[in-house]
Amino acid sequence: MRKDKGKISEIVMKVIFLAAACTSVFAVALICVFLFGNGIPAILEIGVPKFLLGQKWKPSNNLFGILPMILGSIYVTAGAILIGVPIALLTAIFMARYCPKRIYPLVKATVNLMAGIPSVVYGFFGLVVIVPFMRQMTGRDGSTMLTASLLLGIMILPTVTIQAESAVRSVPDSYYEGSLALGATHERSVFCTVFPAAKSGVMAGVVLGIGRAIGETMAVIMVAGNQTWMPQGLLYGLRTMTANIVMEMGYAADLHREALIATGVVLFVFILIINLSVSALKRRTMYE
Amino acid sequence: MSREKRLSTGGHSGVAGHNENSDRQESRKIEIQGGEAVMQNPQRRLEFPENDRRESVSGRLRMKMASWKHYPGSAVVEILVWLAGLVTMIVMVFLVAFIILRGVRYLTPDLFSPTYNSENVSLVPAFINTLTMTGLSLLIAVPLGVFAAIYLVEYAKKGSRIVSLIRITAETLSGIPSIIYGLFGLLFFCTALGWGYSLLSGSLTIVIMILPLIIRTAEEAFLAVPDSYREASFGLGAGKLRTIFRVVLPDAIPGILAGVVLATGRIVGETAALIYTAGSVAQVPKDLLGSGRTLAVHMYVLSSEGLHMNQAYATAVVLLVLVVILNALSGYAAAKLVHGRR
Repeated sequence: MRKDKGKISEIVMKVIFLAAACTSVFAVALICVFLFGNGIPAILEIGVPKFLLGQKWKPSNNLFGILPMILGSIYVTAGAILIGVPIALLTAIFMARYCPKRIYPLVKATVNLMAGIPSVVYGFFGLVVIVPFMRQMTGRDGSTMLTASLLLGIMILPTVTIQAESAVRSVPDSYYEGSLALGATHERSVFCTVFPAAKSGVMAGVVLGIGRAIGETMAVIMVAGNQTWMPQGLLYGLRTMTANIVMEMGYAADLHREALIATGVVLFVFILIINLSVSALKRRTMYE
Repeated sequence: MSREKRLSTGGHSGVAGHNENSDRQESRKIEIQGGEAVMQNPQRRLEFPENDRRESVSGRLRMKMASWKHYPGSAVVEILVWLAGLVTMIVMVFLVAFIILRGVRYLTPDLFSPTYNSENVSLVPAFINTLTMTGLSLLIAVPLGVFAAIYLVEYAKKGSRIVSLIRITAETLSGIPSIIYGLFGLLFFCTALGWGYSLLSGSLTIVIMILPLIIRTAEEAFLAVPDSYREASFGLGAGKLRTIFRVVLPDAIPGILAGVVLATGRIVGETAALIYTAGSVAQVPKDLLGSGRTLAVHMYVLSSEGLHMNQAYATAVVLLVLVVILNALSGYAAAKLVHGRR
């Protein structure tokens, strides 16, 4: 093989494969350069404390404080976690340890489909079902923090479920059997032996869900109300960072536009932190 | 398994252990040996076609029923777990059924006229844009992703620095929300490269977005190809390239396809990354440098304007049906991969 002309094409193709593999490195570098390059000057121009801790967002008055949006994102995400994660974890345990074999393919397909439904369809569902329902229940505007949390809770359900299920499944059977042999019930074995052993993987799933929720855009815009005030409470509307970008990017110019990009930078930093914790948790799973 | 069936087999844990591990013929022997027990409930034997005791629902439930008396907490936990599974299923079925049942009646012929105007609110241009965008994105992303996977699986030394760097960045990419991709696309493709709102900018943004998904699925598909295939190919005198393209790649194609179909689903449903890169013009642009909205963007614009809710319903139906088909296709390809190997 070494002697014939194949050798050149081997080397050429190897370089091509390597170049393809480096695309993702290149892409991440480009994203960082362009986001930070466009966003950081704006943050500095507005002033770091004024931008991050300012409570008023009024672009027409040159007031660019995104604290309401940061808090909005955090509150909505926390709500989504409170609603979605318990159901997701129980569903994962159901799928891994309780589900009868015959209906398992159906459950699995449903969860996979749930993960594949576009966010704009979820948003639409929220708009035509959850928002009117909330309006009826509370007698006020239905586009609230609670609505957004509920919808996001549904949206992160499949993400967390899929991750947690595979984590629970990867626990060796001997843990479960050992626990049974010591006289524990099925429930005790699953919840006190198998589930704790899967902790890191499950946590990774939850954090992944947090990332999904905080980055979700279209669905949140459609149901959250998008007022720029400081978050007022469960039954009031609020605006998230993602919503802020999409709502105003269409007509923004100059510093306003840069402030929106800077909002993206703040969101990006949040996401990077979340990503890092996911990969740290995953690495821990591998070592265990 | 139906509730009655499980309940009917509730109490007799002792005998079932014999019968479960045997098929019908063997259990006839047991019938002779343990005739007395079988007499009590002659039908029970037929109810255990499963072989593995732990997999048998009735077997598990029987054990549970006995223990529930002593551990009422277990009963509560068990009910909670089933309830969670049920809630998940119900939410999903309700969502899909609601949108499809409500939306199907709005699928009027008007909606499918070849050009868009504010009277017919046609989704055909958006549909064509979706196809163009999907085709273009896949055309670029699939070779890139597959080649990257080939490098990672076939060439790279395990644990080398470049590999871990590639993995970290791919992981980072897959966690970035689509709005950030949208912002980046706007800054880089639309502004820095000067392409403006265009299908090309949108597609390239999408390429970066789906790349990690394709790399990961292709990598898994390559890893699943047994090493003996490669060794046999090398043994016959084939070079590395020939081995990859003639032996490894064909065997990995179902797995790659499953990933590609999943990626298609993401492209079809993508909104946030496209609204400020491909724009929201409701026509089919003349060339790739023109702006055009995809189905998902179309639906977002319709429902946020609030003027054409019926058409938004209909678009939601079309989107949902597309996604369901794509999901089924992906599952089919993945299943084929598993079966083909055995």
